[in-house]
Amino acid sequence: MSRIETDTVFVRRDFLEPEAPPPSLGGVPGWVRKNLFSSPFNIAVSLAMLLLLAWALPPLFRWLFVDAVWTGTNREACLPKNGETVGACWAFVNAKLAQFTFGSYPADQRWRPSLAMIVFFLGLAWVAIPKMPRRREGVWLMLTAFPVLTFWLLYGGLGLPIVETSNWGGLLVTLVVAVTGIVASLPLGILLALGRRSKLPFIKIVSVVFIEVWRGVPLITVLFMASVMLPLFLPNGVNFDKLLRALIGVALFTGAYMAETIRGGLQAIPKGQYEGAASLGLSYWHSMRLIILPQALKIVIPGIVNSFISLFKDTSLVMIIGLYDLLGSIQRNFSDANWSTPSIAPTGLIFAAAVFWVFCFSMSRYSMYMERKLNTGRKR
Amino acid sequence: MTLRDKTADDSPRSLVRAVLYDATIRGWVFQGLVLVFLILFAVWVMHNTAANLRAANIPFGFDFLNMRAGFDISQKPIYYTLDSSHAQAFKVGLLNTIIVSVLGIVLATIIGFVVGISRLSSNWLLARAATVYVETLRNIPLLLQLLFWYKAVLSVLPGPRQGYMLPLSTNLSNRGLTMPRPIVGEGFEIVLWVVPVAVVLAWALARWARRRQVATGQSFPVFRASLGIVVGLPLIVFLALGAPLSFEIPELKGFNFVGGMVVHPELIAMLLGISLYTATFIAETVRAGILAVSTGQSEAAFSLGLRPGQTMRLIVVPQAMRVIIPPLTSQYLNLTKNSSLALAIGYPDLVAVFAGSTLNITGHAIEVIAITMAVYLALSLITAALMNWFNARVALVER
Repeated sequence: MSRIETDTVFVRRDFLEPEAPPPSLGGVPGWVRKNLFSSPFNIAVSLAMLLLLAWALPPLFRWLFVDAVWTGTNREACLPKNGETVGACWAFVNAKLAQFTFGSYPADQRWRPSLAMIVFFLGLAWVAIPKMPRRREGVWLMLTAFPVLTFWLLYGGLGLPIVETSNWGGLLVTLVVAVTGIVASLPLGILLALGRRSKLPFIKIVSVVFIEVWRGVPLITVLFMASVMLPLFLPNGVNFDKLLRALIGVALFTGAYMAETIRGGLQAIPKGQYEGAASLGLSYWHSMRLIILPQALKIVIPGIVNSFISLFKDTSLVMIIGLYDLLGSIQRNFSDANWSTPSIAPTGLIFAAAVFWVFCFSMSRYSMYMERKLNTGRKR
Repeated sequence: MTLRDKTADDSPRSLVRAVLYDATIRGWVFQGLVLVFLILFAVWVMHNTAANLRAANIPFGFDFLNMRAGFDISQKPIYYTLDSSHAQAFKVGLLNTIIVSVLGIVLATIIGFVVGISRLSSNWLLARAATVYVETLRNIPLLLQLLFWYKAVLSVLPGPRQGYMLPLSTNLSNRGLTMPRPIVGEGFEIVLWVVPVAVVLAWALARWARRRQVATGQSFPVFRASLGIVVGLPLIVFLALGAPLSFEIPELKGFNFVGGMVVHPELIAMLLGISLYTATFIAETVRAGILAVSTGQSEAAFSLGLRPGQTMRLIVVPQAMRVIIPPLTSQYLNLTKNSSLALAIGYPDLVAVFAGSTLNITGHAIEVIAITMAVYLALSLITAALMNWFNARVALVER
């Protein structure tokens, strides 16, 4: 075919302006149509949802903010006056905030737990943010020096007045139980995971039984065991702290879950890595320490964070054996005659829920972020 | 010059070295050491325990199970009085745990599947609402949610006189949910016997329909027919027997209801808390399972001419179930274990009745806690075994 090259042939040299989309598809109406009212079923669902929101949200908003009492020094402030409805009693939370954070830790010593919490969050930021320098050293410091420093700060001795653990409470106990649990369960979990994958039959059986028994029972029975049975197991006269007993229970329990998380990481390491280590003549412990565990632990970081989230939520159970964590100290204050009104139970519980939610939600976002980051590292 | 194998040297020093560095021997020695350590530890613990028990004057043994319990339980599915034994209290507690777990599993599964599918909906509002629900409730401790439902919602409901009247003579107040109690008339057992018969018939029908479809290609509306059999057959028998079932309607007398059946607020709070909490995890599992089925599968189904409903039922769901079932199992196990939190709001489950009241009255800490742990362990193992069996049935059969 020959090409026609005459001046009479019209050749368009520039693009036409695109037509605007039909009004029913573009802009806000189009979006609404596409995402809310695309089919009879969707119309029904959307209308039902809108009705539900219109029914639930305004009263909730009124209760939380508009009708809420923000200031006051005792229950009078939160009692309904001349027929008005009273919403959340934030004055209660405001008045008890120090107790919800530190329990009955002496007021003049509260700088100690505050300092420990600040050090903890700074240290956490150091090891958790990928761009920070010297993170490896940070991890070691957090796992070794930080617990010692915190114990000294919180308990006292060596120049600081001693504060018995029965005075600890509130968010402080929640953090202590959660952080100790996770720090203690890491080495235990690593040993159990290695034991479960060991070729030595007896070691394997012991690890499997340990892991499955702890995973098969509820934490509450473990805490009961720690609080009533543990004293019986020790020689007569040896008795230790209630908080420490709970910590032992929590650490053993979390260790079993941690073992399963880490085992997942160990199984994800290609066989070639094990064989490569063996062919270099490394002993079992050398190959684990230098080749396998660094890779396995790196993949399971999201899993470890998830374990930490569930542990953080589970710390609220120590309330049942008589320790006053965040939830426990809030719950204890429901019976404070100075504040007793119908609205303090919902207010206090919503406050506790908000605190737990902020911690857990940010951790879960962090876990998802690490998962994405680690995934891209492994993709070719 | 030849290389000499050092281990082949038979001088005594090399022999010792060969033994020392032999991986197998080392392994056995190490295991022996662990075993000895564990035995010594166990002996030490038992010795201490025996001494402590002697000092506290509590003889070890399970005789206390036959003693009079002497405490009351608010929810009694089987016969129990103050004079019943601790063994009977144990049974009541166990039954209450099973009741709350089974009901919780059913509710959590329904809510979880609905929410999980809603999160993938094309309806923006529905998907967002489902996401907000999951992300909120998942990140709040279950214990807190239970206390919330119990203390902040159900306890502040008005009393029976001002309670909310719901359809079917049901009333919701701070005494719980009061509803008509079914009274079984003569011959009702026959209806109950017909149900398994109908299930077997439906199963046989499904088998026949599948065989026929394989042989001839003709399909049969199995689902509708089975539903008809399972519901219809007992219904026909029930009507034929003259409807031997009546209801005792609760009546308001004084400040409370008389007659009828009451679901205690503790059980309602437990069910609300535990199923709404576990449903968030189930929803995530379901969503992950459906996303795991590649879109090519549904596109292929459409190109074969299957309708969207059929595609979902025949292509997507069977493949998604393979991904969903293992984590679903662990959620069921978690729910069962979490039901032990009932203690905090006074629902009389196994932990509250047995590890609470019985332990406090008798002081037999070791026996009571050991039994409680063994029960949960057994429940976990049974659930795991059942779900593994189900999983093996739906698992991918590789050639």
